[in-house]
Amino acid sequence: MEKRVTFGKWTIGILFAVPQLLLIFTFFYWPAGQAVYWSLTLQQPWGGGNIWVGLDNFRSILSNADYWNSITASLVFAGISTGLAMFIALVLAALTDRQLAGSRLYRVVLIWPYGIAAPALAMAFRFILAPEAGFMAVVNRVWPGFWDPGLDGADAMASIIVAFSWKYVGYNFIFFLAAFQAIPRSLIEAAAMDGSGVIRRFWDIQFPLITPTIFFLLVINITESFQDSFGIVDIMTAGGPANATNLMVYKIYSDGFKGLDYSGAAAQSIILMLLIVVLTIFQFRFIERRVHYR
Amino acid sequence: MVERTPFLNFFTHLILFIGFVFCIAPFVVVAIAASHNLKDVNDVPMSLLPGSDFWVNIKTAWTTADLGPKLLNSFIMATGVAAGKVIISALTAFSIVYFRYPGRMLIFWLIFITLMLPLEVRIVPTYAVVANVLEPYQAILDLTGLSWLIEKVSGVQVQLSLGLLNSYSGLILPLVATATGTFLYRQFFLTVPDELTEAARMDGAGALRFFIDILLPLSRNNMAALGTIMFLWAWNQYLWPLLITTDQSHTMAVTELKQLIPNVGGVPEWHIAMAGTLIVMLPPLIVVVLMQRWFVRGLIATEK
Repeated sequence: MEKRVTFGKWTIGILFAVPQLLLIFTFFYWPAGQAVYWSLTLQQPWGGGNIWVGLDNFRSILSNADYWNSITASLVFAGISTGLAMFIALVLAALTDRQLAGSRLYRVVLIWPYGIAAPALAMAFRFILAPEAGFMAVVNRVWPGFWDPGLDGADAMASIIVAFSWKYVGYNFIFFLAAFQAIPRSLIEAAAMDGSGVIRRFWDIQFPLITPTIFFLLVINITESFQDSFGIVDIMTAGGPANATNLMVYKIYSDGFKGLDYSGAAAQSIILMLLIVVLTIFQFRFIERRVHYR
Repeated sequence: MVERTPFLNFFTHLILFIGFVFCIAPFVVVAIAASHNLKDVNDVPMSLLPGSDFWVNIKTAWTTADLGPKLLNSFIMATGVAAGKVIISALTAFSIVYFRYPGRMLIFWLIFITLMLPLEVRIVPTYAVVANVLEPYQAILDLTGLSWLIEKVSGVQVQLSLGLLNSYSGLILPLVATATGTFLYRQFFLTVPDELTEAARMDGAGALRFFIDILLPLSRNNMAALGTIMFLWAWNQYLWPLLITTDQSHTMAVTELKQLIPNVGGVPEWHIAMAGTLIVMLPPLIVVVLMQRWFVRGLIATEK
């Protein structure tokens, strides 16, 4: 869609875009370019020039078992938490959309988790899921040693997945509900009059019509699970135990700022950027085809 | 809808109720744990009846993590980011939608690409830029030979340097430099009727006048939506403030939470930790609750 009526003087037009362009150049394009440059050189932590090493940084990262472990952990985290958060939110939104008595209350409360900072909810879940206090302690008393995210990698992974999904159920719920409510009531009423039941109507009418939202949320959830997880990991597990929850963003942070390996961290950033871009393109190409747009 | 589905209705209420409980439970548990004393909070199972030490714990958490100034910092940063986004996105969208100039599509795409790569993945070089924001410009001067020319002509050696570590601008500007809002405005501006622009131009309004007197008042809803979303987003930022604020006077409430984690082997002061968590989670929750009615209305077409 284009505007028919515009303002003539194009010099003024560009002036309006200048603040944004300056900002994205300084804080986006320059650093992104730097990351590429650094990943190809060996940067001394405290200045003193850098040496061109070509793809050596990538070679050493990709031959490192810790790094592959971090990729696997990130993918497991992204897959399970996105699946959980989207499925639960979809069910809750579909049921809220039936507008039975009290659905307004659900609509209000189910949005709350979205407002909570990842580190704050991580603190809450760290307590709730602590092995020695709170609630899992009860389970541990019945089956001693059943739960300990401080020692067991799978338990730690489960903890951060629960915390992340909890927040994103709230986020997804808002969008799913909006999508459901955008479907004209008359469409559903007509189907009901033709004798189709609630479940039939869901699969044949509502579900196809909200596929654009599902697709949008899939892209957002996966992308977010690669970055918004940082606060959760830092507070709940700090990457441990034994690197089981050392997700890619967390590893970039700990290698770059704690280990002062700027070149290695830059190379990891490049790989993470590529991974996000590839995942996004993949979703656009293969999933978007099944999406119904109106 | 008039339809008799008693079993399904029961099922709907059941599932929604379970969802409700899971959603509200962490808040309740945090609030209750924050009201216990050291012994009760570590009881297995912890009592779900509120204890009596709520205000004591809040006070302890407040002073231990020095939350007063930190909350103020969080507030300044979140407001700054929200305001910056609201203003800059509007300007850019206006430029893209209402002008025809060469390179307009290039600018559009340059901005669009920034949506793909969040701050977290380019964190290391962004940190370097903030340590000296003028570094990119110095590099350009050096590469183009301009700094050499200036030195030859005037004898002044060009050394641009401006560090933004431990400053509000350093916290805010990199977070403003993404394009989230631009597209929200763009979509909205495209729905503004051409007749309105035509009428304004006929009345002799220039671009700036049209923008300020007509377009901005019309986009009040969008500005409020974007402002809310960005305020929450900025308030909840963790990695960036953690990195660039080494000096206590600029740290955020969210990053200070970490200080309250009970150490392994130390005294498990979960009641203090939960009191601090409650304080830090409240402000964004209040924003969500206050803006909710309007927020959901903005997203949902109410005509049924």
